Amino acid sequence: MSKRVLEILGERFGHDVLETHSQFGDDTAVVNPARWLEIATFLRDDSRCAMNMFVDITAVDYLGRQTPRFEVVMHLRSLERGHRVRLKARVGDEDGQNAEIDSVVSVWKGANWFEREAFDMFGVVFRGHPDLRRLLMYPEFVGYPLRKDYPADKIQPLVEFRNVPGKLPPFGPDEGMSFGRQTHDYRRDEPGGEAN
Amino acid sequence: MGDMTTTPGSSVRVLEGSETGFATTKLDALLNWAKKYSLFQYPFVTACCGMEFMAMASPRFDMARFGAEAPRFSPRQADLLWVVGTISQRQAPALRRIYEQMADPKWVLAFGTCASCGGFYDNYTTVAGIDKIIPVDVFVPGCPPRPEAVLDGLLLLQDKIARGTREPGIVKPRRDAAVLGANLVKLGKKDKAAP
Repeated sequence: MSKRVLEILGERFGHDVLETHSQFGDDTAVVNPARWLEIATFLRDDSRCAMNMFVDITAVDYLGRQTPRFEVVMHLRSLERGHRVRLKARVGDEDGQNAEIDSVVSVWKGANWFEREAFDMFGVVFRGHPDLRRLLMYPEFVGYPLRKDYPADKIQPLVEFRNVPGKLPPFGPDEGMSFGRQTHDYRRDEPGGEAN
Repeated sequence: MGDMTTTPGSSVRVLEGSETGFATTKLDALLNWAKKYSLFQYPFVTACCGMEFMAMASPRFDMARFGAEAPRFSPRQADLLWVVGTISQRQAPALRRIYEQMADPKWVLAFGTCASCGGFYDNYTTVAGIDKIIPVDVFVPGCPPRPEAVLDGLLLLQDKIARGTREPGIVKPRRDAAVLGANLVKLGKKDKAAP
């Protein structure tokens, strides 16, 4: 049913709809990020689409797999017409710079915190967002933790850790987890390891 | 509980009727005895272990038996800080501040694996054990620990208070004879291979 939405999008925006994809009732359109806000407004206001419910917006990092590195994914639903659509836009250079896209908060207010979270975790900048701050991490945090090039074992403590010389078994320096976390301590001893 | 020991050589006689008497003890021992049965607690509950904490504080397991029934939601009035659940890096300053606000004497109990060592959270946001931030007296591992294990931890803490030691303690798993098989009663068919 919502395949019709993809057709309408194709008619209206032509080559700015880069790809479409339909499977198992999920309909996806990859669109030109430059017209992101315009397409969102159209989807909300056009009576054939009537996407009055914003479901989700997030980002995916395809480091080393595609050239615009991030994919911003938005899910929309129409409560009136009972259909849904997924929009994607590809942004960002290989080094993570220029990951910018228009904010859709002016279209759906509910997008506010979702965009803040995507900014917090991936560093995708939403232009025109009313209050683009970190949502989950603390302001002192440097970098974006869900990017694929953020080291999996890197921590940035807010308070200085106590020196705990001998912890009781089963907790050791690796906290009982031989597969990870041993690296934390030596990372903190690196020059500038606290600040990074 | 290990606190009903009598000093060697002393004879204990129960007073009867209208008899009066007195008992002698060391002041420290008396104070420690009073402290260990009047632990006012501050529950710092952040995650799913809180459910188990509620189970333990409720009548079925009844923490009040050990004199630890009064929660105080101001750290200034509390003696025992329960850190129940995962502590994130962002919460660490708050936890440290709560600890510093508590008046001496104060004790800390790490409830559950996450508070003890970070548990399975090996990532950018979790503190791998609250002893990296504040000194801990008793660790109660488990995900979540059973209420019995938590009571073991509380008794271990009381024992530590009575002995006046601040060495960190850890609750060991209970050894169940039935599980170990020593006293296991075998049901069903007889084992024919046995002589």
